Amino acid sequence: MSTTGLQTENGESAAGQVIGLSGALTVHELAALHGKLAEPTLSPTIDLSGVTRIDTAGAWALAEFEQRVAAAGGTLRYRGASEAAELLLGTVRRALPVPEPEPPSASGPRALLEATGRRVVAAVTFLRGLLEYLGMFVAGLVRVLLHPREFRLTALVAHCDDVGLRAVPIVSLMAFLIGVVLAFQGATQLRQFGAEVFVVDLIAISVLRELGILLTAIIVAGRTASAFTAAIGSMKMRQEIDAMRTLGLDPVTVLFVPRILALLLMLPILGLIADVMGLFGGALMSWIELGISPSMFRTRLVADTDISNVIAGLIKAPVFALIIGVVGCHAGMQVKGDAESLGRMTSSAVVTAIFAVIVADALFSIFFAEVGL
Amino acid sequence: MTTPEHPGARETLIRVRGLRTQFGSHVVHDGLDLDVYRGEILGVVGGSGTGKSVLLRAITGLDTPAAGRIEAFGTEVLGASPEERERLDQRWGVMFQDGALFSSLTVRENVEVPLRRIPDLTPELRRALADLKVSLVGLPYRAGEAYPSELSGGMRKRAGLARALALDPEIVFLDEPTAGLDPIGASAFDSLINTLSEALGLTVFLVTHDLDTLYATCDRIAVLAEKRVLVTGTLPQMLEVDHPWVQEYFTGPRARLARGAGRSDTKPEAE
Repeated sequence: MSTTGLQTENGESAAGQVIGLSGALTVHELAALHGKLAEPTLSPTIDLSGVTRIDTAGAWALAEFEQRVAAAGGTLRYRGASEAAELLLGTVRRALPVPEPEPPSASGPRALLEATGRRVVAAVTFLRGLLEYLGMFVAGLVRVLLHPREFRLTALVAHCDDVGLRAVPIVSLMAFLIGVVLAFQGATQLRQFGAEVFVVDLIAISVLRELGILLTAIIVAGRTASAFTAAIGSMKMRQEIDAMRTLGLDPVTVLFVPRILALLLMLPILGLIADVMGLFGGALMSWIELGISPSMFRTRLVADTDISNVIAGLIKAPVFALIIGVVGCHAGMQVKGDAESLGRMTSSAVVTAIFAVIVADALFSIFFAEVGL
Repeated sequence: MTTPEHPGARETLIRVRGLRTQFGSHVVHDGLDLDVYRGEILGVVGGSGTGKSVLLRAITGLDTPAAGRIEAFGTEVLGASPEERERLDQRWGVMFQDGALFSSLTVRENVEVPLRRIPDLTPELRRALADLKVSLVGLPYRAGEAYPSELSGGMRKRAGLARALALDPEIVFLDEPTAGLDPIGASAFDSLINTLSEALGLTVFLVTHDLDTLYATCDRIAVLAEKRVLVTGTLPQMLEVDHPWVQEYFTGPRARLARGAGRSDTKPEAE
């Protein structure tokens, strides 16, 4: 590599300004060279006889200067250019990019309006997409019921294992700790009124009605929606889904039905496990902290807490399961060809699923309050 | 075996001696020697699994061979210090099979990545140079703003070449540049390689399966077989090599077609 940097030397001749360049005209010296050639004068001559090395960056600076001189109505002449430099200069001159104008973009209130409109349309399209996938799942389920042979039992069992069985430890631990926390917090508050024993009602109602199933659904959304999106998305990326279609396999029956069905079957069971573990954690903490014996806890639980609480809790499970499954599968199918979009869709699936589960839970609360359950 | 050798009149850019690469107990190369001379377009051919791409990866330092010496521009590649390595990286460019563009960046930003290493380049100059490289490889101006996933396979390869050429390397390594391109796109790519090599004084190390590319572009061919470079030489010399695989490769039905269609005046070695 040449160590002699760029040297310039300005002179005057009868024909006009002479710019003498010598040394290396490479990308390393481009900034200096570009600075030297900033001011176009009329019909200058560039003397290249001292140039030791020239690359496309150097040639670009010359060609670009040429353009500016031409725009000012002059012509640029070269002196002492080597054959290689001429060739390179010619190639670069021909390849000089012609910038195309940016497409006009609106600004001000119109742009704001347009952006808002686009967002609204995107949101509506997204919701419609989710509904479409829900419909596809139901249609696929009906088709499978009519033609049981098309049903993929092995896939269903594998997904049940993945979605259900493998989630049991984390769901149990989470519910147990929630029970412990509720008992502890409830005890300190209720002790002020001497109503420690109501901690049983507090734990039972909050775990059975709300927290057990809601937190289970949130954990499953984080675990499973992302897994669905990643699995389906990477299949989409590698055109496996297109291959499936050409082989006469329906992605809905092959991919969506076993996954969402597994969630539908497993989420209520996980919710029930969470309920039991939550009560267990609460009972343990009440015993240690408040001295409420397990048998007393049981008696109060059975006497004061209506079974409707359990029903009100678990009835939400299938709805949450549908939300998580449909969001996960839909996001997977939105993955485009690049790795970036796979990551984006996976995280968006988790956020959407958790958000939708919480919204659904709020709607359930209002509904139950209205019907008095 | 006859190995048509060159008189050492030309500058050797890359010198590989006694290269041995293996994966576990599977030996890919054993005692492989190869020279790449300045200014030539060297085509590396060989059957599937003879380790053409492995050789490319070994020379560029992506894989570490089990034994042997690799010298590039007079620097030992294997024992290079980080500074030497960085200097080497600026003197060669690699185009991977599918372009290997960074998918989160636009084509222009991809080309700008190597340019960021030049300390006093302003963003405007960097952008202008990237635009020039994009146009130099024959992509339309708008392609610079596109993301790799929005481009066709041929355009991605061109964009990969633009990135490999960003720092004006002295040698470019091309891994299967025409694989997966339609014949028109492939022959356009061939002539692009020829033009660039001539105009920029590039040395090209080209791994290929494509006989048409060999006929259209390569000055010299190296055949990989039996775990080493079996023979190097010009195309006419290849036709006279007495080895079953080389015979089959260069005189098979596809080769005859390519020869008929390809450049008839295959460049004799100008020594």
